[in-house]
Amino acid sequence: MTVAVVILLDGVLYAAVLFLVAAGLTLVYGVMRILNIAHGSFYALGAYAGTSLVLVYLKTGGPAPLMYLALLAGAVVAGAIAGPLVERLLLRPIYGREEVVQLLVTYSLFLILEDVMKLLWGVDPYYVAKPYAFLGTVTIAGIRYAWYQLLLIAVALATGVLVSLAIRGTRLGRMIVAVTADREISATLGINVGRVYTLAFTAGAILAALGGALVAPLISVAPGMSVEAIVLAFAVVVIGGLGSLEGAALGALIVGITRAAAVQLFPEIELATVYLIMVAVLLFRPRGLFGEWETRRI
Amino acid sequence: MRTASFRTSAKCLLALLALAGVVGGAMGLAGPPWAEAQAKPAELKIGIVSFLSGPATVFGVPSKNAAEWLIEKYNREGGIGGVKIRPVYADEAGGAEKQVAEFRRLVLDEKVDLVIGYISSADCLAVAPVAEELRKLTVLFDCGTNRIFEDSKYKYVFRTKAHQVLDSVAAAKYVLSVKPNVKTIAGINQDYAWGRDSWESFRRAMLKLKPDVQVVAELWPKLLAGEYSAEISRLLVAKPDVIHSSFWNGDIIGLVKQGAPRGLFSQSLVVLTAGEHMLQDVGKDMPEGVVIGARGDHWFLHNANDPLHKEFVDGYRARYGRYPIYPSYHMYQAVAGVKAAYEKAMKAAGGAWPSLDQAIKAFEGIEYRVPPGRTMTIRGDHNGIEPAIMGLTKHDPKYPFAILDRMMVFPAAEVNPPLGVKSNDWIDSWKK
Repeated sequence: MTVAVVILLDGVLYAAVLFLVAAGLTLVYGVMRILNIAHGSFYALGAYAGTSLVLVYLKTGGPAPLMYLALLAGAVVAGAIAGPLVERLLLRPIYGREEVVQLLVTYSLFLILEDVMKLLWGVDPYYVAKPYAFLGTVTIAGIRYAWYQLLLIAVALATGVLVSLAIRGTRLGRMIVAVTADREISATLGINVGRVYTLAFTAGAILAALGGALVAPLISVAPGMSVEAIVLAFAVVVIGGLGSLEGAALGALIVGITRAAAVQLFPEIELATVYLIMVAVLLFRPRGLFGEWETRRI
Repeated sequence: MRTASFRTSAKCLLALLALAGVVGGAMGLAGPPWAEAQAKPAELKIGIVSFLSGPATVFGVPSKNAAEWLIEKYNREGGIGGVKIRPVYADEAGGAEKQVAEFRRLVLDEKVDLVIGYISSADCLAVAPVAEELRKLTVLFDCGTNRIFEDSKYKYVFRTKAHQVLDSVAAAKYVLSVKPNVKTIAGINQDYAWGRDSWESFRRAMLKLKPDVQVVAELWPKLLAGEYSAEISRLLVAKPDVIHSSFWNGDIIGLVKQGAPRGLFSQSLVVLTAGEHMLQDVGKDMPEGVVIGARGDHWFLHNANDPLHKEFVDGYRARYGRYPIYPSYHMYQAVAGVKAAYEKAMKAAGGAWPSLDQAIKAFEGIEYRVPPGRTMTIRGDHNGIEPAIMGLTKHDPKYPFAILDRMMVFPAAEVNPPLGVKSNDWIDSWKK
């Protein structure tokens, strides 16, 4: 019984982390049909920016709870600056080109940003653990968990709900849906397609950066963190169906719970679990679990 | 079309030229063993390969820093017998196949005299046979696999450090000295050669030294997984007396960050065999009473007053703002080893610049001084042996990070298998 509770809880905790990264990736694909390899770089950028701001803030000696604001602010600023820059300068010229060109451009961007971050922050790991430890712990099923982990679940849920509400319930959201469905007709209807693209891409970049900043207190912020993030996010998004937010949520839950079960029951195969699920889903539903919604992908 | 075919023929010509270069070079190097010592070259060009991008940069850059610092020092002091060293730095990122290509580039295009390199065991295993084929002196400086010289014999390849068994055996012995009544052990190690080999040696040594010990969990997260909530829960459920981990880089920092608030380090005695390198990163958040290994005896406070060690620590810190970590020490051992071997060979040749064969002969069995002020020995199998240190973390107001308390030094003979004996056979042969 204890083990079942622990598996479920660990699974959901991990799913929350996965979803935060995958949500932006799937949003950008849904609107722009671009597989953005550099999504992992925005994640790392958010982690670096958030961590740096928290470190600066902690030095000022202000009230500790406000450090969470610093963490989020760092990420939002990083995403809001990098997103439009990248979209305007690099992606705009390649819309409508073959997918391989888009992949190559975002992949080069990924490599460039990796070096840019090394120039800005150096190679020594950035370390801040206070946001994780500060909230204390809670004992569930005899095991101690950090409150911060539970907070991440709430944040992931809120992110999912807010993004889908924004898409379904706001004017901009409806424009995004329209552009996703048909770019040319949207343009003839008077929608500024370029602006919608910029906004959607920036939203994706901010989501990635937020994911990075929220995970940063758990991990070591150091060169190479973008690779791991993008590989897992891809797996989750592919399982759920490219471009589907619900799919990303379901994919994250499946991957999270299976991994947690593997760790508790068959630790030997932990490494393989994520990819086994991916293979199984691709074999039986090549478009992913939510992939058939061709007309409305978000 | 014409340009294309012109390019193709130019390529063929280049390939032919390259081939001629390889053959010619090989013939030149393959001179008879009694070959005359050569005229002093203008410089000794050394290819230095370590991770300059990707997650292992946290090791690669401190290694490169040490090389930079030491080579500049040697050159200020007159180089090797008057010949200045010129380093050519290369990036180890990209995987074993890319490293083989990079090695060929260093040898054939850059025309380096020798190569010092490789942090990843996979890269060491892939490059060693190519070094042999190209007959290029190659000094492995940091990779840990015991397989390299236990499974093969090389003429041109050396490793100026001990292999991973040292850390695992020292850890087992240290654990039994601080917690003699240990009943249950668990391992959390990265799922690839280094993690698997380290755990195997530690487990084997523990079971040999205390046969009633039980293994209660063996966890294999992916290298660079970063998030360990489920693994930590598993270890909290299993409640082992001792937890072994050979984690390194960001993974070890993630484990400490996530494990400490959840009580992992107060519940079990945790052994981090590569823990030394992250103490400066984690700072005051490091829990006390955690067993830390240093992949040898590489610890800036060990033998701190030895002049050679002090010069290195002070010089490194002044220039790079941090204390050297174990990969920096490993690089020191490699560069100093090359210098010692060439100088020994020159002495044997009556002061003339040695041929490659003479340098290799001098390298075998050489002993030279390295920080922390001890003798480094390269045995006849081309592998180095080193002592090991283990200690428990403790905070000291003098340092902004945890230092080692209750430190024990294990002499080289206690933690390295005898010459010619394979690691696992050696552990199995222990009496008790």
